[in-house]
Amino acid sequence: MIKFFLMVNKQGQTRLSRYYEHVDINKRTMLEAEVIKNCLSRSKDQCSFIEYKDFKLVYRQYAALFIVIGINETENEMAVYELIHNFVEVLDKYFSRVSELDVSFSASEIHL
Amino acid sequence: MPAPIRLRELIRTIRTARTQAEEREMIQKECAAIRSSFREEDNTYRCRNVAKLLYMHMLGYPAHFGQLECLKLIASQKFTDKRIGYLGAMLLLDERQDVHLLMTNCIKNDLNHSTQYVQGLALCTLGCMGSSEMCRDLAGEVEKLLKTSNSYLRKKAALCAVHVIRKVPELMEMFLPATKNLLNEKNHGVLHTSVVLLTEMCERSPDMLAHFRKVRQLSSSQLVPQLVRILKNLIMSGYSPEHDVSGISDPFLQVRILRLLRILGRNDDDSSEAMNDILAQVATNTETSKNVGNAILYETVLTIMDIKSESGLRVLAINILGRFLLNNDKNIRYVALTSLLKTVQTDHNAVQRHRSTIVDCLKDLDVSIKRRAMELSFALVNGNNVRGMMKELLYFLDSCEPEFKADCASGIFLAAEKYAPSKRWHIDTIMRVLTTAGSYVRDDAVPNLIQLITNSVEMHAYTVQRLYKAILGDYSQQPLVQVASWCIGEYGDLLVSGQCEEEEPIQVTEDEVLDILESVLISNMSASVTRGYALTAIMKLSTRFTCTVNRIKKVVSIYGSSIDVELQQRAVEYNALFKKYDHMRPALLERMPVMEKVTTNGPTEIVQTNGETEPAVLETKPPPSGLQPASQANDLLDLLGGSDITPVIPTAPTNKPASAGGELLDLLGDLNLTGSPVSAPAPQIAQPPFLLDGLSSQPLFNDIAAGIPSITAYNKNGLKIDFTFERSNTNPSVTVITIQASNSTELDMTDFVFQAAVPKTFQLQLLSPSSSVIPAFNSGTITQVIKVLNPQKQQLRMRIKLTYNHKGSAMQDLAEVNNFPPQSWQ
Repeated sequence: MIKFFLMVNKQGQTRLSRYYEHVDINKRTMLEAEVIKNCLSRSKDQCSFIEYKDFKLVYRQYAALFIVIGINETENEMAVYELIHNFVEVLDKYFSRVSELDVSFSASEIHL
Repeated sequence: MPAPIRLRELIRTIRTARTQAEEREMIQKECAAIRSSFREEDNTYRCRNVAKLLYMHMLGYPAHFGQLECLKLIASQKFTDKRIGYLGAMLLLDERQDVHLLMTNCIKNDLNHSTQYVQGLALCTLGCMGSSEMCRDLAGEVEKLLKTSNSYLRKKAALCAVHVIRKVPELMEMFLPATKNLLNEKNHGVLHTSVVLLTEMCERSPDMLAHFRKVRQLSSSQLVPQLVRILKNLIMSGYSPEHDVSGISDPFLQVRILRLLRILGRNDDDSSEAMNDILAQVATNTETSKNVGNAILYETVLTIMDIKSESGLRVLAINILGRFLLNNDKNIRYVALTSLLKTVQTDHNAVQRHRSTIVDCLKDLDVSIKRRAMELSFALVNGNNVRGMMKELLYFLDSCEPEFKADCASGIFLAAEKYAPSKRWHIDTIMRVLTTAGSYVRDDAVPNLIQLITNSVEMHAYTVQRLYKAILGDYSQQPLVQVASWCIGEYGDLLVSGQCEEEEPIQVTEDEVLDILESVLISNMSASVTRGYALTAIMKLSTRFTCTVNRIKKVVSIYGSSIDVELQQRAVEYNALFKKYDHMRPALLERMPVMEKVTTNGPTEIVQTNGETEPAVLETKPPPSGLQPASQANDLLDLLGGSDITPVIPTAPTNKPASAGGELLDLLGDLNLTGSPVSAPAPQIAQPPFLLDGLSSQPLFNDIAAGIPSITAYNKNGLKIDFTFERSNTNPSVTVITIQASNSTELDMTDFVFQAAVPKTFQLQLLSPSSSVIPAFNSGTITQVIKVLNPQKQQLRMRIKLTYNHKGSAMQDLAEVNNFPPQSWQ
């Protein structure tokens, strides 16, 4: 099951966040900061799946933006990895060559 | 009031903020503006304001004041308003707020709206955050929408149904008839969501699962063949631009169907048979050059492993995993290692074939892969490959990150224990681990190793020689030093006499040995426990060495005034051994016999053999420490026999681990005297009251007076407290009372606290209890020691207060104890 979906840039600013389980609002920022720290400390040729607390993070980097999905054990990690890419391609089509600015400015549209 | 700024401008302004404080300021200003605008009930700009609010919420600022506004937006007729309103509801509201119930009516109306997009919005929101009450109310509508022909709505309705089922499992039957036709759709979206719905139903309820599996009258409505057919179409069909991802059509749907097949086929032969062909087909036909293909193969492998597939298929699956391992992409290797870990239990032999690849993965740079490879390697070790595997694992231990070392060391110990081909190899391996990762080794490794060494009698000389050489250079790794000092203490004579068959014997003199032990004692790097080991070892050598006894005496007496309580106690006792009990010394310090193996790690298990305790007890920490040395000492009394020898009673310090008393007891317990047991008064040995600060000069030995009868101080509500007494002949005004609390009800009593008060002429000291839980049915007791100083020899009286939790409620009781026997205070 997907727990959350985040798009965070390298400086730690959240561009889009969607939580599928209830998480307190002050804990959210902490969670996002920790998650992005974990992703930033990985090098290019390291695995895209990180074990974090009791779930897994699947992340993918596109330029300066990290897309991170938190999943639990029942999900197929590789399928989620593909899902991230599919999502980015859809955004690309919608915004025609999407960039981080587009994401920040049209967060509400992306949500739906 | 000027028009509120648009969302874009807000975002732009926030981006210009340089610091967190600036950003907060801007946000607060904007929040204030939004709040005043809400108060004005302005319809036109509400939508914009809520959108801004949502943005700020995403950044992490509180936005709860916007919830009602979202409701108002939902109720409006404009589509843009509804859109933002529902989005806000999804993000800001959840079950915990009461406001969400107000939405129910709105959603109901919107579910029947003429525009499908509005219906879609409502379904989305309901599926996202609907509470159980809302779901119950609106389930009927959702079910109706599940049957429409509009595929846009159908797929959303299916997902909404999933959420409803999660919240209110009883409604599952309602959706059952609708699912019959779901799989007949052509639209992939609907197919996908219906598969999700079916998966959810099967996972939640075994009845549903059985229902879907069984053979129905019309063969076309069987679930498994339907799924198989769909999957086949997906693979076989040509290029379809709508659903294509890097050359494979709709991999997401394929993966979902495979997962559903897995659930259906688990533990069920018929379904598994029906799936075998299609699984084989998927496994062989899918392209593996891209990640997509690998994702599908991964899911296939998982499915094959879970269902009752035939062996040919399983071998195919493991070969696929083997191929994954050789792939360059890290993700794939990670995934392969994870699945191999799951399958290694069932298909051990097949996985063995890939052992060398797995061992290579240990050298990978990536942390996640290394961890997986390590776990898998431990699972693969068996009697045949243990030597080779151990070599690789030891090499890994050398070079891995600190976070792995503890796990790796424990794993190596376990594997070595199970599969060691020879004792010498075993000892070598453990020594290697101790020297490379000494400080990360778990505490109970030391006693286990000591026990192993005593068991391998023929290896004593070799072991002690190697250990001596190991700590010659460096004595900073505590477990290694502890084991080494213990061995040198025991087998020092073998070391000095230089009789080792296995290795080149080294020439060591007694002085050199003492040198090294003394440097351990002096060094700042040694922990208190290690120093204790060293001192005891030096003492033992006094019987084994012949020409350096005086030196040993000197060392021991120096430490009689050490600041460390532990060392001081030992040193003083050993000193006394030299002075008053020299005739007992050789017998006391004899070599240890072979110890029985303890297979548990629990601190509370004490296996008594002739009053010796297993080394496992030595390293355990309190709470039961108070109880253990006491009961060991009891056996001790039995062994020493004869009432004219005042026994050496080791005092068990309350705050230190039981190793101190335990160690001494090991020496004392070595006696095989069969004297008649002393009429031991009470089973518990009193704690001498003077071992409070280490600088006291009072004698350590406590003389046990003849038996004082014990009393039952309190017996109510199933709680019984017994007092047993000891008095000391050397200090007659001190009475030591040991209380034992037991519980005869059928529920445990927790958080038990015992407090006592005495009249003013007395002084009272309560030591810490053995634990705070009294188990039920008298299966265990709490022990606590009370010392009462009674200089005026007045009649002993005491008031006690008990607090504990029983049957979920806190209980408290006060009582007075008046029935003290006269011998306890006269």
